[in-house]
Amino acid sequence: MTTLTRRYRFASSHRLHSPKLSEEENCQTYGKCNNPWGHGHDYVLEVTVGGPVHPGTGRVVSPALLDGYVRENVLEAFDHRDMNRDIAAFAERVPTAENIAAVIRQMLERGWSSVFNGAVLHRIRIEETRRNSVELRNE
Amino acid sequence: MYITRKVEFSASHSCYNPRLSEAENRALYGEAAGSHGHGHNYVLEVTLEGEPDPVTGMVFDLKRLKEVINREVVEPMDHRFLNREVPPFDRVLPTPENLAREIWRRLEPSLRLPNARLRSVRLYETEDLFVEYSA
Repeated sequence: MTTLTRRYRFASSHRLHSPKLSEEENCQTYGKCNNPWGHGHDYVLEVTVGGPVHPGTGRVVSPALLDGYVRENVLEAFDHRDMNRDIAAFAERVPTAENIAAVIRQMLERGWSSVFNGAVLHRIRIEETRRNSVELRNE
Repeated sequence: MYITRKVEFSASHSCYNPRLSEAENRALYGEAAGSHGHGHNYVLEVTLEGEPDPVTGMVFDLKRLKEVINREVVEPMDHRFLNREVPPFDRVLPTPENLAREIWRRLEPSLRLPNARLRSVRLYETEDLFVEYSA
């Protein structure tokens, strides 16, 4: 099994606040991340693609093709945006790192098979800070 | 249990496939298709899987692991032009995918113990691109 991983960066703001919780519960659950004005991070996104190494090209996937696809489908939506207000998926969903990873996976999977022949989306990893990361594996 | 040893080596390569057109090479390999080559500081992570030996408390002797990696990978590849100097890359394109598989092939026979085996080879070509291979 061969996988290829690319790291991308985006700067984005969010506020962690659940309409299903009281003000006090929100404050307890999310702490500083519940600040009504929001706050931001420099996120790192790792996208891992798995599949056979094409004998002619020696590649699992063309990094340039992957870069364009990730830029178009994810980075343009997130970079220098406020997730709660600018990204529809977070109107009803709290933009925790866990949910951000799930939303990004959906964004990537939508048109995946028509662009990447035989290569699969193997893993997504989000670093919110150097100390926090979330990983979703398709295994 | 997994243990990982990390090493660096610097090498040059060119990813130009003579069977493809100039435009196809550019589209697939970008600037890496330049035929004179260019270089990277590769970072290699070699991960072994196993249980600690009851007597030594080690999955694998890390000193020996370092010697194997140096002998099989660092000495033949460090400060070399892979396409010209390191077989099979005179015939096989030295993409990170092919490089990771070749590194596995070179290391694996020397890393077999009753309690441990090679688990994966991860090769960073740059900080933002890495390949992982396991057979």
